[in-house]
Amino acid sequence: MRRGHEAAGMKRGILWLPLAGFALVLVLIVYALFWPADRTVKSAMVGKPLPAFSVAPMLPGRPGLSNTMFADGTPRLLNIFASWCIPCIAEAPMLLRLKKMGVPIDALAIRDTPVAIRAFLERNGDPYRRIGDDRQSAVQLALGSSGVPETFVIDGKGRIVLQHVGDIREDDIPEILAALEQAK
Amino acid sequence: MIAEAGLAALWLAAALAALQFVMAWIGIARDRDDIMVAVRPVAFVQGLLAVLAMALLITLFVQSDMSVLLVAQNSHSDKPLLYKFAGAWGNHEGSMLLWVTILGLAGAAVAMLEQNLAKPTLIATLGAQAVIALGFYAFLLFSSNPFARLDPAAPDGAGLNPLLQDPGLAFHPPTLYIGYVGISVAFSFAVGALVTRDVGPAFARAMRPWVLGARVFLTLGITAGSYWAYYELGWGGWWFWDPVENASLMPWLAATALLHSVSVLATRDGLRAWTVMLAVVAFSMSMVGTFLVRSGILTSVHAFAVDPKRGSFILALLAIYIGGALILFALRIGTVRQGRTFDLVSREGALVANNLLLSVILGIVLIGTLYPIVAASFGVQLSVGPPFFNKAAGPVALALVAIMGVGPLLRWRRDDAHELIDRMMLPIAAAALAGAGIFIATGGIAILPFLGLMLAAGLAAASVAPLWKRNLRRTPLFTWGMVVAHLGIAVSLAGMASESAFTRETLVAARVGEPHRVGPYIVRLDGISPAVGANWSALQAHLSVRRGEDGNWFVLRPQSRFFASPPTVTSESAIATMLDGQLYTVLGAADGQGRWQLRLWWKPYVTFIWLGGGLIALGGFLSLLGRVRRERRPAYREGYA
Repeated sequence: MRRGHEAAGMKRGILWLPLAGFALVLVLIVYALFWPADRTVKSAMVGKPLPAFSVAPMLPGRPGLSNTMFADGTPRLLNIFASWCIPCIAEAPMLLRLKKMGVPIDALAIRDTPVAIRAFLERNGDPYRRIGDDRQSAVQLALGSSGVPETFVIDGKGRIVLQHVGDIREDDIPEILAALEQAK
Repeated sequence: MIAEAGLAALWLAAALAALQFVMAWIGIARDRDDIMVAVRPVAFVQGLLAVLAMALLITLFVQSDMSVLLVAQNSHSDKPLLYKFAGAWGNHEGSMLLWVTILGLAGAAVAMLEQNLAKPTLIATLGAQAVIALGFYAFLLFSSNPFARLDPAAPDGAGLNPLLQDPGLAFHPPTLYIGYVGISVAFSFAVGALVTRDVGPAFARAMRPWVLGARVFLTLGITAGSYWAYYELGWGGWWFWDPVENASLMPWLAATALLHSVSVLATRDGLRAWTVMLAVVAFSMSMVGTFLVRSGILTSVHAFAVDPKRGSFILALLAIYIGGALILFALRIGTVRQGRTFDLVSREGALVANNLLLSVILGIVLIGTLYPIVAASFGVQLSVGPPFFNKAAGPVALALVAIMGVGPLLRWRRDDAHELIDRMMLPIAAAALAGAGIFIATGGIAILPFLGLMLAAGLAAASVAPLWKRNLRRTPLFTWGMVVAHLGIAVSLAGMASESAFTRETLVAARVGEPHRVGPYIVRLDGISPAVGANWSALQAHLSVRRGEDGNWFVLRPQSRFFASPPTVTSESAIATMLDGQLYTVLGAADGQGRWQLRLWWKPYVTFIWLGGGLIALGGFLSLLGRVRRERRPAYREGYA
């Protein structure tokens, strides 16, 4: 505390302390800005086979989903989504782009209804081959997924290669393609 | 043509800012009166040109000129006029232009209106203003040109974030910017005073109205922002310790500390170095505010402003301004003549305590906001939320409130502790009474809200105590200002404590016709129907509500809104405001079996939070008016308040 005899009483070194503190914060911010931290969740599921599950189809005329369907030799994406989820709308164009590149995408619809899912796909496009109905989030929990959307890269033997949390953005696509390549 | 004229005005203004700086430098270094004399008109014209550029940008938005990139990206010809208008600053480039426009206006006002400050100090202040402005002009011209053309022109615009289509939010950024700029003026005064080693009461009196004014706008901005988040985001909370909210709170805390220390300097000529330091800190905080929002360095609900490249530009400006000011501080403040001394038990002593506690809170908020960045550089992902901030800052804030009650009842220079206790009897009684009342009525609540309510009662009594036995008509306006502002803190604190202690929340899956209870209210879902607006469609719940079994029915209509461009769903809460609180309703999703999720809150006296905010701003405004009126009087220039 400086009462009255402020400037005169202070040692000269103390006067540079604010600058030093500021420099420290600055270095920190520069570091954070230019070397952004790795924001991917290191999933405990990576490297493990899919848990056993089998769920009914969400839409009539399109197959449901079970873990055995993944062990057919083709790497693919398992997308967890819902019609009530706003980031899912944001990632829809990215999924469509991946589909155009020839990536097979299966999906689990979480706590949803056929009517809502159909409307969602009509509005935002339909990248999915199969859509399983995970009404109670049971499969989602078994997969270690805590929210929507999430996307798993699964190799041809049904093992999880990558867990992507949150919506897929433009700059996430190379990472996902690389994981698919690695899974071959 | 209009866009090109705007760009030209911007370049001219930048050139004049450079000229203003060079002239101020040479004028002071060589002590050339003829050069110094020309700085004021240059500052004035620079301000006019910035205003012209902003006016031209607004014209482009109002005309929906889709050959301008910024308009095409952020506006739409179907948008209501108000939002076309506000769209001019509802984006990065436009908001930066608004920043320099307000800065230019403030510079012009300093140049034209300031009468009492020694001329070299004033010219140095205008020089510092010019440097700040130059940085932002460079930012606009080299990396964020708002007037860039789009060729060929777009058929129509890409809309505006629907969350931003709200009258409150249209005026939220300008309000905060006025506050930030006001602080930058205070900073310029501090730099000017350091340059000429003229840190004294005259400098403090020149700076004080700007701090007061800035704080009025920051208070309004924060209050309005808090209410916006409360009703628009539909979470039922009024403060989330979101980094962007913290970014507006930190300059407010620093400005509040500065306001109180500048009063000591203006009235008693004490706390010289500390006041200058606080001016630098306050400006740093407002720059950090701008920087955090613009860089997206912290993830937050406000992430629509994410852009690292621009963030680094602002970071460079921040480094130059603050680093420069701190170097100047270290070099110069040692040579500033020492101020006056005072006793611990005195008005000054209480103001020093106020400053220290505010600084501690500021430090807590800063650490909490920056900590995720620190952790991330060590590879740990985390976010710091309400549990940290409430626990760490809450008790300090309560101590601050206690000091606030005492401070205005103390005399300048020295006071007697026994007499003070006599003067404090009424507030202490009020606090004790409130405490006993709450305990009897509720049988005990959580400790922080309990202390909060008690202290609020004590502070309310203590803040009106300075008016005791005074002739109210002859009481100076700035004393009224202090009374009203401190009362505002008490009111706001009461609201926060009551909201935190007494809120009732229910989440129900409601069938049509089923009644549900929340607090004293009964809420019945009568049906769900579609509703449409200019650029949205919505599902709207029809809720019949009454208080108790025999109250009158009234209707609330919360909505779940769907915006087509860009596709976004928002929940529009429906709020019933009573004298003793608010009933807050939000419509959630359907479960597919005929039930609808409803979130219902009863929040007693929650409105006091924003009412208090309004009172704080009003108090600041009264003080400002009082100070300006008194200090315009020539006879006053030599004396003290």
